[in-house]
Amino acid sequence: MENRKLVVSPSPHDENYLKTSHIMLNVILALMPAFIAGCVIFGLRALALAAVCIVSCVAFEFLSRKLMKRENTIGDLSAVVTGLILAMNLPVTLPFWMAVIGSFTAIVIVKQLFGGLGQNFANPAITARIVLMVSFPSAMTNWVKPFWYKTADAVSSATPLIYIGTDEAGQPSLMDLFLGNTGGCLGETCALALLIGGLYLAARKMISLAAPLSFIGSLFVLCLIAGCDPVAQILAGGVFLGAFFMATDYATTPISKKGKIVFGLGCGIITFVIRRFGSYPEGVSFSILLMNVLTPYIEQLTRTKVFGAKEAAKE
Amino acid sequence: MKRLNGIKLKHRKNTENSATVDFPIPGKVRIPMSMHMGVPCQPLVKVGDTVAVGQKIGDCDAPFSVPVHSGVSGKVTAISDYQTAMGAVCKAVEIETDGLQTVSDEVHPPVVTDKESFIKAVRESGSCGLGGAGFPTHIKLNPKNEVDTLVINGAECEPYITADYRELTEDTESVMGGIEMVMKYLGIKVAKLAIEENKPEAIARYTELTAKIDGIDVITLPSVYPQGAEKVIIYNSSGRIVEEGTLPADTGVIVINVSTIAFLYRYVKTGMPLVTRRLTIDGNAVGEPKNVRAVIGTSFREILEFCKTETDKVIKLIGGGPMMGMSIPDMDMPVVKTSNAVLAFKTYDDRKTTACIRCGRCVNVCPLGLMPTEIDRAYKIKDIEDLKKLKVMLCMNCGSCTYVCPANRKLAETNQLAKMLIPRK
Repeated sequence: MENRKLVVSPSPHDENYLKTSHIMLNVILALMPAFIAGCVIFGLRALALAAVCIVSCVAFEFLSRKLMKRENTIGDLSAVVTGLILAMNLPVTLPFWMAVIGSFTAIVIVKQLFGGLGQNFANPAITARIVLMVSFPSAMTNWVKPFWYKTADAVSSATPLIYIGTDEAGQPSLMDLFLGNTGGCLGETCALALLIGGLYLAARKMISLAAPLSFIGSLFVLCLIAGCDPVAQILAGGVFLGAFFMATDYATTPISKKGKIVFGLGCGIITFVIRRFGSYPEGVSFSILLMNVLTPYIEQLTRTKVFGAKEAAKE
Repeated sequence: MKRLNGIKLKHRKNTENSATVDFPIPGKVRIPMSMHMGVPCQPLVKVGDTVAVGQKIGDCDAPFSVPVHSGVSGKVTAISDYQTAMGAVCKAVEIETDGLQTVSDEVHPPVVTDKESFIKAVRESGSCGLGGAGFPTHIKLNPKNEVDTLVINGAECEPYITADYRELTEDTESVMGGIEMVMKYLGIKVAKLAIEENKPEAIARYTELTAKIDGIDVITLPSVYPQGAEKVIIYNSSGRIVEEGTLPADTGVIVINVSTIAFLYRYVKTGMPLVTRRLTIDGNAVGEPKNVRAVIGTSFREILEFCKTETDKVIKLIGGGPMMGMSIPDMDMPVVKTSNAVLAFKTYDDRKTTACIRCGRCVNVCPLGLMPTEIDRAYKIKDIEDLKKLKVMLCMNCGSCTYVCPANRKLAETNQLAKMLIPRK
């Protein structure tokens, strides 16, 4: 009797069909409202900047893997996500070559040199933003007003964060902040669109809302206590983009729910401290990066409790 | 009460309404001497011997063992070497059937008067856990400590399998009789028949049957895999937690599979030992999915052909459910006591394993709150101390972590490998 070879493999023999690339695709989808809002608010250069970031990120991913003789991973779409998030973290006027440096920092230095997807300890896009901010401070703070405000001579604007809490003219209304009708990075101004994207990811169970809520919540409460307008503070700057899309990054934030809450709280506190006492007007990027660094420790301290487990006996 | 995590699976209970069909007596059977958890038996027959239905053909002096009986009458043609799906090696008795099905004169109802004689009869019945684990029933029913609750496991949380459901449906008398019998001889006052909510008809039927009986209740379990796992079912039906390093019975609860308890009742009534078994035949290579009652020792190939399976197209064969079942390497392997299902597939999706993205899905689904991704990391660097802290020894290999992993990492398998690194005390 001829016996056809049967496949022998360990259980389980069933699997669900969610793949890494599906998750990344969902993140891209969730970023779309804010990205489209950015294109509407800042014009078509936003589209070009995003294209530069995405193409260069994917190219760097491909080349660095090739150079390291490792498997090609551009199919998992994580480089596309990094490129898109990076673009959304940049002012729309940024020269393209600087954006390419950002992509290089994100993909090659932060991600691939540490082992690739899932192995990086810091968020690639955030780190790239900080590197660019420190290297090219004026280009990175060249905020434009929404293009329909364009007058003959002035396109520059300041981040609303400089105005908030002052009586200076030019302070955007809360509704402007909510809809993104203000100066800022490509994808961070429209809080409404970011909220839609974040809630979509949560509804699809792609992210947990623990970190975003504790991030935004703690910032809100601290501002309330400190006497600055808490609503304006959470709507302005990169809070929503950071909270929903970067404080929820799988690789660089804790896994357990408790850990996520600690992470969000830390982000909220650091953002508040930088905004209130620091010399930079914005602190979201730094807060996330600092908490990324603390993540392994948070992880150690917030491990899940195992059902029925006994604590190790002291010897 | 804290809800244990788990996963929602497609039930695929295609055979739930298929009444059990008797598979005709095959021309030849091959009966392994190890179909239970524990010490394998030694054959009591030799080549050329004539055997009859119900005759004991293998036994062992070790207490942690279960005798083996023949389900056919015929002549022993060979005592061959046999490797079980678990990889253990034992002997197998090969019998050419004569088609007469002469019943052995060893078969007569046992005299059961008290706990001692009951446990003795249970051992002689050849019974072991029919849910798939094969734990000797006479050991399970005779724990060292006091037991106050009997949980009858009718969860059948694995996809496809409906063998226990058919037992519940087709032989209510034996199920109820078995429960009352075990309660009586073991002096247990409380019994809980735990059924997963995807079997509403069984729940309704047994709720009605148990309404007038003191001490027996039906518990509806949520349709979240793995409800049938011993620790999970104990917690969900009694609220008790099996502590690390203790046995389930230490919580005062005995969990017994519904098909096992029904079998015990039939054995005490008729004296016919465990020689047949009901199994679900399903999978995408099976033309007519069915529940089949087959003599133990029948080859899977014959049963699959009986169910119109394109056997030449089968690429993967699973003994048991898709979550915890074992790959069957050879279609000519026989039905054993623990075969609750055989699933034959003509497709096999060999997805590549990619890098862990630390999404935490494995942590979120683990019913025991383990962190498979951390175990995976600690295993890679052989960090035994950390593996101990991560409590990998508690993993029951339900497979939920592997199931949800978007990177297709074999986390459940890694957990089992990691266990091997930890020195046993």
